[in-house]
Amino acid sequence: MALRSLAIRKAIGLGKSVGLGLRGLQTVTLPDLPYDYSALEPAISGEIMQLHHQKHHQAYVTNYNKAVEQLFQALNKVDTSTVVQLQGAIKFNGGGHVNHSIFWKNLAPVHEGGGEPPHSSLGWAIDTHFGSLEALIQKMSAEGAALQGSGWVVSTVVGFKSLQLFHHCCCHCLYVSANVHLCILFFASLHASFWQWLGLDTEFKRLVVETTANQDPLVTKAPTLVPLLGIDVWEHAYYLQYKNVKPDYLKNIWNVMNWKYASDVYQKECP
Amino acid sequence: MAAAATPTSWLTGQGLGGRSPGFQFPWRSKELQRKYTGKAVYGQISAKFELKPPPYPPNALEPHMSKDTLEYHWGKHHRAYVENLNKQIVGTELDGMSLEDVIIVSYNKGNMLPPFNNAAQAWNHEFFWESMKPGGGGKPSGELLELIERDFGSFDRFLEEFKSAAATQFGSGWAWLAYKANRLNVDNAVNPFPSEKDKKLVVVKSPNAVNPLVWDYSPLLTIDVWEHAYFLDFENRRPNYISVFMDKLVSWEVVSKRLEIAKARATKREMEEERRKKEEEEENSEDEAVEVYVDGDESESE
Repeated sequence: MALRSLAIRKAIGLGKSVGLGLRGLQTVTLPDLPYDYSALEPAISGEIMQLHHQKHHQAYVTNYNKAVEQLFQALNKVDTSTVVQLQGAIKFNGGGHVNHSIFWKNLAPVHEGGGEPPHSSLGWAIDTHFGSLEALIQKMSAEGAALQGSGWVVSTVVGFKSLQLFHHCCCHCLYVSANVHLCILFFASLHASFWQWLGLDTEFKRLVVETTANQDPLVTKAPTLVPLLGIDVWEHAYYLQYKNVKPDYLKNIWNVMNWKYASDVYQKECP
Repeated sequence: MAAAATPTSWLTGQGLGGRSPGFQFPWRSKELQRKYTGKAVYGQISAKFELKPPPYPPNALEPHMSKDTLEYHWGKHHRAYVENLNKQIVGTELDGMSLEDVIIVSYNKGNMLPPFNNAAQAWNHEFFWESMKPGGGGKPSGELLELIERDFGSFDRFLEEFKSAAATQFGSGWAWLAYKANRLNVDNAVNPFPSEKDKKLVVVKSPNAVNPLVWDYSPLLTIDVWEHAYFLDFENRRPNYISVFMDKLVSWEVVSKRLEIAKARATKREMEEERRKKEEEEENSEDEAVEVYVDGDESESE
């Protein structure tokens, strides 16, 4: 028994230096961008892309690996307090890695189809649920602009769910008022750090628009949700270029949106 | 620390004209000053919050915090919070309240109402500008240093805790040094056995716009860790920003003054609570004879 645990411990030790453990502790790595840093200009500047990829995303990768290694050791030692304490860092950095890995694939240079509207089944589903692609885009951009701080925005048809979070007068505002600015004022109390998503509820086969706070992946909203498109609405995603004019960022990003990727994912889930 | 005249460097760039800051912080004056527009709407007086410039010109914190950052952070972000807040509360029951009151009411015990974000951010940013000064940093002295050493062990341990809180506030938010006077960490709870030791300094962090006022603490110092606060100068290197803030920018004089006010406020509140308790006891002792249950009565009533 002792011999076996000794052998395992040695294997782990060896594994650590090689980067792969025999017990299977895998580390994550920063994925390459499928295009040059400057390929998304003028919608997103090369400076931002480089910083976002090489600094921010890299930091999530590095810190996630560190946290997971610490978790591994804590699990082995049955140090439950440490296991629990590490959850915050794992959620944040792991989520950051997951979200950004999707994000890079969500974007494409114009000459490679960025901005080209979706056709086939996804395009049809959008028209059915939202009325038109323009309606979906306007809704996502409005919500993203309204929510203050950092986060991800997901477009939703199941709008009632998100509206319940707001003060009751906001509901009136969204449906009655065509003036987006009014909505922005009322919505301004929500999350600061968030992502905006167009997702697919695989259980009901419906498109959803969702927001997740901080670096929470879409799956934290419901295990049946699959992300089709995500928009990083953290300030670091646009600040150098757009400063505090977030609405411009949310308008221009659609010019480099890779609907092909979203269509592929959608068709895989809804053949 | 009263800024008698607004430095012109803040006015000319932003088109403020000669408007004088009419909004005074509740921290510094017993009476809440409000700027009345004089416009009566159905007999109501409309009070508007004003955007007050920091007590130093925009380039005064260079090279630690650039002029660009100050101009965007104050001129765009902070200004937007104040302007949007005014638009949100005009004509509502929040109109005419002090900023602190608007914050507490719209916090709504955690179920925030729409004006909370703008109100709290307006307050937080004014508090933040005043927490810094050119040539700041170094160490505190006097009673503040004593309390820090009592409650954290040493100034260095406090620094470690504060920097760690600021670095681990994932996403947007703030880190604070606050004075906690006999408040338990639960809403509406009063410490049943208050003692001098319970009045202590704590480091707390808060997400987005939340600030310690909603927990009934007295904030003494804050650092803004929203990305817009440090992105232009430090990109994603938040720990560097935090170190520079603590080493070169913090105004310990302001923090000390805030501590004095916080302690005075805590003492005054204690006295009021004692007086209220005494009044209640007097009331109860009058009724006691009537309320006492006597065993013998039961057999008599049958």
